[in-house]
Amino acid sequence: MTDLKPDTGAFFTRDRTWHPPAYTPDYKTTVLRSPQRALLALDNTLSEITGPVFGHAILGELDNDLIHNFARPGEAAIGERIIVHGRVLDESGRAVPDALIEVWQANAGGRYRHKKEGYLAALDPNFGGCGRCITDENGNYRFRTVKPGPYPWPNGPNDWRPAHIHFSVFGHGFGQRLITQMYFEGDPLIWRCPIVRTIPDRRAVELLIAPLDMANTIPMDARTYKFDIVLRGRRSTLFENRLDGN
Amino acid sequence: MTQDLSYLKETASQTAGPYVHIGLTPNASGITGVYPADLGATMLNDRTKGTRIIIRGRVIDGGNAPLRDGLVEIWQADAAGLYNSPSEPRGGADPEFTGWGRCACDGDNGEFIFHTIKPGRVPFKDGRLMAPHITFWIVARGINLGLHTRMYFPEEMQANAEDPLLLRLEHRDRMKTMVAQGEGKDSYRFDIHLQGERETVFLDI
Repeated sequence: MTDLKPDTGAFFTRDRTWHPPAYTPDYKTTVLRSPQRALLALDNTLSEITGPVFGHAILGELDNDLIHNFARPGEAAIGERIIVHGRVLDESGRAVPDALIEVWQANAGGRYRHKKEGYLAALDPNFGGCGRCITDENGNYRFRTVKPGPYPWPNGPNDWRPAHIHFSVFGHGFGQRLITQMYFEGDPLIWRCPIVRTIPDRRAVELLIAPLDMANTIPMDARTYKFDIVLRGRRSTLFENRLDGN
Repeated sequence: MTQDLSYLKETASQTAGPYVHIGLTPNASGITGVYPADLGATMLNDRTKGTRIIIRGRVIDGGNAPLRDGLVEIWQADAAGLYNSPSEPRGGADPEFTGWGRCACDGDNGEFIFHTIKPGRVPFKDGRLMAPHITFWIVARGINLGLHTRMYFPEEMQANAEDPLLLRLEHRDRMKTMVAQGEGKDSYRFDIHLQGERETVFLDI
């Protein structure tokens, strides 16, 4: 827990020209899964300003260690050992403490542990592919894993996802809820990917690419990538109606 | 010259993809032994105040097929209309109710199900009461940015008629897309249509 005063302001309006639009036909599944009517705009109410916040007590010792959290005792996942760390901030640059981050990914060969996945690359018996962590009082998080492999998918006839880790993030309000994907610096598949290219602004894509962080790399153990996440910022208060009692 | 009005940009969304269950409902998808239970699978206990309800539904695409790989989260107030959140300025929510649930759509028939309570009314920012509602957030393969909507209750006709959000609907006939159907006592069906004639109202909030 922190001593910070709880945030009770409405969120900055989401910039929907920065996020991918719903209808992006080069990513074929969006064609039938994108709303065609305009969204109904509404300034935030308490239903969006509030949201679940999870205490650090939910975390098990290995929750942020994907190399070991599914492995048999004494064994470990196969692949490039990496650490992923970063900060969760809001658009005002303030740290977001107690933010739950859940991650999932394929194994080193690009194979997901999922019953609907049929890629011929092998499963790793010591790799499950899920992990979670909660940011500290300064918004920092970290987890350890193996670098996921690229994987082919049935979109175009020869489409391959770049290596990526899926991130699900909770801030302090349900209006901040976000799912995204982290990519790795230097991967030539990034700019070919129809899912990456759903994002219209190249700068927004660049912010999803984690750089190699040699300063935090652990010699003879694991390379490190740094991935900072920005959630929606808040206006200062629910001023109009003084619901906060000020 | 003025100062620089510099804010950071929100991290761009990407689809949750077809294997979202690995990360968010691992136990339900067969990855056991990592977490003791899936987060959001249980919202209440024997001490929770309020009327128990069950909500079932599906997320349906523009070809009228249910999404069998989607994932739905809900967020709602307790029976007294208070949110179990540090950002709830009025405080005092029922500590035995999380207010938040998560369910993967069934891999065969696409159905989601929530065991929860009926929420109390929550004030709009001008003090008017909103009708009882549950916020839904839908992610899936083919959805680039999570979709927000609300479920309202069919027996709350008077409250729905004065709900500040529903009153903003220019096309009144679309209101019914946000109202669940009753399915017997304290049981509701809420199908979410992504496209077409019955397209659900989604929110930019």
